[in-house]
Amino acid sequence: MMDLSISIWIPLIPLFMFLLIGLFGHRFKPLVSGVMGTIGLGVVAILSYTIAYQYFFVQGKVDGVYHKIIAFNTVWLNLTDKLHIDLGVLLDPIAAMMLVVVSTVSFMVHLYSIGYMHGEKGFHRFFAFLSLFSFSMLGLVLATNIFQMYIFWELVGVSSFLLIGFYYTKPSAVAASKKAFIVTRFADLGFLIGILILSFITGTFDFITLTDTSGEAIRQGATIGFLGMSVMTWAMLLIFMGGAGKSAMFPLHIWLPDAMEGPTPVSALIHAATMVVAGVYLVARMFPVFHTSAPHALEIIAWIGGFTSLFAAVIACTQLDIKRVLAFSTLSQIGYMMLALGVSGYGGEEGLGFMASNFHLFTHAMFKALLFLGAGAVIHAVHSNVMNEMGGLRKYLPITHITFLIACLTIAGVPPFSGFWSKDEILVAAFHFNKILFAVEYAVAGLTAFYMFRLYFTVFWGKDDRHYHHTPHESPLTMTIPLMLLAVASIFAGFIPFTELVTSDGAAFEPHIDYMIAVPSVLIGIVGIIVAMVMYRKENGMPEKMANNLKYLYKWSFNKFYIDEVYMFITKKIIFNYISRPVAWFDRHIIDGTMNGIAGVTNLVSFEIRGFQSGQLQKYAFVFVTSALALVLAFIYLWTN
Amino acid sequence: MRLEDFLLMRHELLLTLIAIIILIAEIFTDDFKKQGIRPLSIILMAIVTIVGFLPAPTGTLFGGMYQATDMRLMMKNILNIGALIVFIQSASWLKSDDNQNKVSEFFLLLISTLIGMNFMISSGDFLMFYLGLELATIPIAALAAYDRYSNKSSEAGIKLILISALSSGILLYGISMIYGTVGSVYFDKVSVAYGATPLQIMSFIFFFTGMAFKISIVPFHLWTADVYEGAPVNVTSYLSVVSKGAAVFIFSIMLVTVFQNIAAMWKDVMWITAAITMTLGNLFAMRQNNLKRFLAFSSISQAGFIMLGIIGGSELGMAAVVYYILVYIFSNLGAFGVIAAISNASGGKENMSDYDGLYKTNPALSLTLTLALFSLAGIPPVAGFFGKFFLFTAVAEKGYWWLLTIAVLNTIISLYYYLLPVKAMFINKAETSIAYFKSDGWTKVGLIICVAGMVIVGFASVIFEYIRTLSFGL
Repeated sequence: MMDLSISIWIPLIPLFMFLLIGLFGHRFKPLVSGVMGTIGLGVVAILSYTIAYQYFFVQGKVDGVYHKIIAFNTVWLNLTDKLHIDLGVLLDPIAAMMLVVVSTVSFMVHLYSIGYMHGEKGFHRFFAFLSLFSFSMLGLVLATNIFQMYIFWELVGVSSFLLIGFYYTKPSAVAASKKAFIVTRFADLGFLIGILILSFITGTFDFITLTDTSGEAIRQGATIGFLGMSVMTWAMLLIFMGGAGKSAMFPLHIWLPDAMEGPTPVSALIHAATMVVAGVYLVARMFPVFHTSAPHALEIIAWIGGFTSLFAAVIACTQLDIKRVLAFSTLSQIGYMMLALGVSGYGGEEGLGFMASNFHLFTHAMFKALLFLGAGAVIHAVHSNVMNEMGGLRKYLPITHITFLIACLTIAGVPPFSGFWSKDEILVAAFHFNKILFAVEYAVAGLTAFYMFRLYFTVFWGKDDRHYHHTPHESPLTMTIPLMLLAVASIFAGFIPFTELVTSDGAAFEPHIDYMIAVPSVLIGIVGIIVAMVMYRKENGMPEKMANNLKYLYKWSFNKFYIDEVYMFITKKIIFNYISRPVAWFDRHIIDGTMNGIAGVTNLVSFEIRGFQSGQLQKYAFVFVTSALALVLAFIYLWTN
Repeated sequence: MRLEDFLLMRHELLLTLIAIIILIAEIFTDDFKKQGIRPLSIILMAIVTIVGFLPAPTGTLFGGMYQATDMRLMMKNILNIGALIVFIQSASWLKSDDNQNKVSEFFLLLISTLIGMNFMISSGDFLMFYLGLELATIPIAALAAYDRYSNKSSEAGIKLILISALSSGILLYGISMIYGTVGSVYFDKVSVAYGATPLQIMSFIFFFTGMAFKISIVPFHLWTADVYEGAPVNVTSYLSVVSKGAAVFIFSIMLVTVFQNIAAMWKDVMWITAAITMTLGNLFAMRQNNLKRFLAFSSISQAGFIMLGIIGGSELGMAAVVYYILVYIFSNLGAFGVIAAISNASGGKENMSDYDGLYKTNPALSLTLTLALFSLAGIPPVAGFFGKFFLFTAVAEKGYWWLLTIAVLNTIISLYYYLLPVKAMFINKAETSIAYFKSDGWTKVGLIICVAGMVIVGFASVIFEYIRTLSFGL
C-alpha cells in the first residue's frame, strides 16, 4: 500500500515553481524558466498518474464501491467547535480523474509553450503564471471542503485574469481580462452567498459530510421555504451561479470569447480543458446534494446547459476568428456536460448522466486542448487568427493537419474516436429525461460537425493557391509532440471504462449501446461533415448564398445574438444612469462630507494637544504624578462609595 | 537544590553564560579584532533562542520566588526571538567607525536587560519582580545614551533614567503598601488576601503606574517620544518591542493572578486608560514627520490595543495578548529594520518626506516596510490582522461594546497614518529620492526573518492554537 498523503505534493510543486520562477526567473535565461516549469509539471503528471492508479485500482475500492479518501488534512481556522475550515486533499473518482486531466493538459501546454512563446517578452512571467494556475487548479480539484474550493476558485480566476491580460500592452487584451474577471467575480458573489447559506443550514463545509446521502446534513433546510423554493434549492442555485460563471453558461458566457485575447496555449489550458470545466466539476462534486435536496435546481441546470449548447453552436457556425469558433464550441460542449448532470439520477444506471458528463469532460479536455494547440500551430505559422486569410495549409503543416483532423472527427462524434462514446452516453441520458432536450442536443451534434469541418476545410483546404508573405512551415518538435500525444489520447480515451470508474455513487454498472440513438447521431454528424465539405472544400459561392438566404439568422448569429450589446445597455444606460449616479452623488456629498468633517475634527484635536509633548522633563514628571494621584482619588471615590 | 533544578532557569543561566563569554572575548581580543564579537554574539544568541524551545521541566524554585511554567517559558522564547532580531539588525550599524570600540558594550547591556526581563517574567514574589524590573531598565538608559557624541542620544539617556527613577519610586511605594496591608510579598499569599480598601486601591494604582510607564500607557507615556527619537534606532526598536513586551507579559500574568480579587476594579482602570491610550497615541502619531517619533506614537497606540486582550481577562484574551506581542515583534522590528537600514545608508535620513519615491530606487525595502506597516495597521492577510482580530474577539466576548467601538474607530484612524509612508514611497514624486543602495547580509537576514514571521505567524494557525493551550485566565 502506498501512502496517499504524498498527493499533497501535487499542488505544492507548481506553487514552488511559481515562487521560484516568479521571484528569480529574471535572473535565468528564458529557456531555463520554461524547462524548469515543464519539468515540474512533468513530475506532477507522473505523481498524478500514480495517485490515480493507486486510487482506482488499489486503494479506492471497498466492497466494490469507490469511497472518498481524505489523503491529507489540516485544520486551518477553527471558527466554532463544529464549524472549521480545513485545507487538505480529498481523493474520489472525479478528483482522481480531474488530476489526470489537469496534469496531462497542463504538462502538454507547458511543453508546447516552450516553442510557441519562444522569443516573447515576459517568457518567464508566462511560465510563472502557468505554474500559479496549475497550483490553483490542482488545489481546487483536491479540495476537501467547499471553502477551500472557493479559495482556489478565486486563485484560478486571478491566474486566468493574469494570463488573458498577458499582452498587457494590447488594449483589447486588457479589456478582455477585465471583462473575464468582472463577470466571473459577479458570479462568484452568488457562489459565496450560496456557500454561506449552505454552511449556515448544514453547519459544515466538509464535502464528505455534505454529500453523504444517508447523513443529516443533506436533509437540512429542504423544508424551509423562501419565495416558493426551499432554502436548499436557493443555496444550490447560488452555488451553481458560481459554476455557471466559471463555465461560461448562458447568460454569463460573454467573457469566454473575449478571453481568446490571451496566448493560445493559455486558451487551450484554461479556457478549454480545465478552468472552464470547474463549474461542471463543482456541480458533480455537489451532485448528491443537488439530487437529494434541490432537484428543481438540477432541472434548471439541465435547461441552461441545453440552451447554451444550442445557442453557442449556432454562433460558432458564423464566426471568422479561428479561436472564437473554438471558444463557442467549448461553450457548446460544456453545455452538453451541464445538461448531462442536470438530467442525471443517482446510483447505478440512474446515474448515467453523471457518468456521461464526466466522461465527456475527460474526452473533451483531450480533443479541445488538441484543437486549440493545433489552432496555435496554425496561427504560429501564418500570423493571423482570421480564417479567411488561410487556406491550403495541409501542404505546409502535415502533422498539424492530421492531428487537427483527428480532433475534428472526435468532436463530430465519429466512431471509434472518443467523442463518439461520451457524446452518445449524454444523448442516451437526455433521451430518457426529456424528449425536447434530446432533440436539441441531437441538432447540436449536427451543428457541431458542421462548424468544426467548416473550420477544418477553410483552413487546410479552401483556397489552395493562396499566397503567404512567407511560406508557412511546420512548428518545432516541442509543439508537435504535444499535438501527437493529445491526438493519441483523443483516439483512445473513449475506451476507458468510465462506467466502472466514475459513477454517481461509486458502484460500477453495465454499459450498453443504444443503437436507436447511436446510429442516428453518427448519421447527423456525417451529414454535417458532408455539408461543410460541399460548401468549403473548394472555394465557391455557396457560403455567401446561404448567408444571404438566411440573412437575419446569419446576422444575429454573427453578432452573437447581440448579448454583449444587451449587457452594455443594461450596465451603461440603466445601472450607470439610474443607480450609480445617485449613489455616487450620495457618496461624494453625504459620506465624503461626513468623513471630511470627522477628519477635520481629528486633525484639529491632534493640533491642539501637541502642547503636552513639550520635551521638558519636569513637566513630564508633573503629569505623571498628578495623573497617578487623580486615578487614585477617582477610584477610591468610586469604589468605596 | 538539585542540579536538575537549574534546568528550570535555563533561560537566565544561558544568557548569563553568553554575557560572560562575550566579556571574556572582549578582554582577550585586540582592538582591531573587536568586530569578531558581532557574529559571535549573534550566533550565541541564536543558540540560546533555539535551546529555549527545547522541552524542559516546569516548577518553582527558592520557595516560590521563582516560577517556571509553560506559558512563562513561551513568553521568554518570544522575547529571545525579538532580541535575536535586534542583534542581527544592529550588526551593520555596529560596524561604523563611531561604534567600533564599543561593540561588546552594546551586546552586554542588551543581554543584561534581557536577563532582567526573564527574571521579572518568572517572578513569584514582588522582590524578585522588582529586581528583574530594575535590571531590565537601568542598562537601557545606558543604551539610549550609546551614541555619546550626539546631544539627542545623551538627552534620551538622562530623560529615561530620571523618569524611570521617579516611576520606580512610585512603584516601590505601591509595593510597600501592598506588603503593609497583606503582610507578604509572595504572589500567591497576596492574591488571596487582597481586597479593595482605599489603601489597597492606592497601592494598586501606584503599582499600575509603574507598569504603565514601562508599557507607555497614556498619561505615563510622555518620555516615550523623546527617548525613542534620541536613542539609536536599534535601541529604540528594542525598547519599543522587547522591553514593552516583557512588561506586558508580567503585568498580564499578575493581573489575572495576584490582583484577581479586584478584577472588576482594574478592568475599569484599564478600560479608561486603554481608550485614552489608543486615541491619544493615534492623534499624536498623525502629526509626526520623523519616522522614529512616528513609530514611537504608533507603539503607544498599539499598547492601547494590547490592553484590550488583558481587559478581556479570559483565556482567549491572554492568548491573544501573547500572540499579538509575537506578531508585533516581527512587524515593528521589520519597520524599524528598514528605517535603520535607510538611516545608516543615507546618513541619518529619517523623515517621511525623505522617503518620497523610494519604491523607484529601493523596491525591496519599500515592500518590506509596506508589509510591516500593513501588519501594524491590521490589514489582512498579514499577521497583524489576525492579532487584532483575536484581541477584538476577546473584548467582544466579554461584552465591552463601547470599548470595541472606540478600538475599531482608532483602527480606522491608524490606517490613515500607517498609509502615509506607503503613499510617500509609492505615489509621491521626488526630485532626489534616496539613491539605491545594497543592504549587507545581516540586514537582509533580519528583514527576511521579519517578513517570514509576519506571513507565517498569520497563516499557521497552529501557533495561535498552541499558545492558547498554554493560556490561562481569570
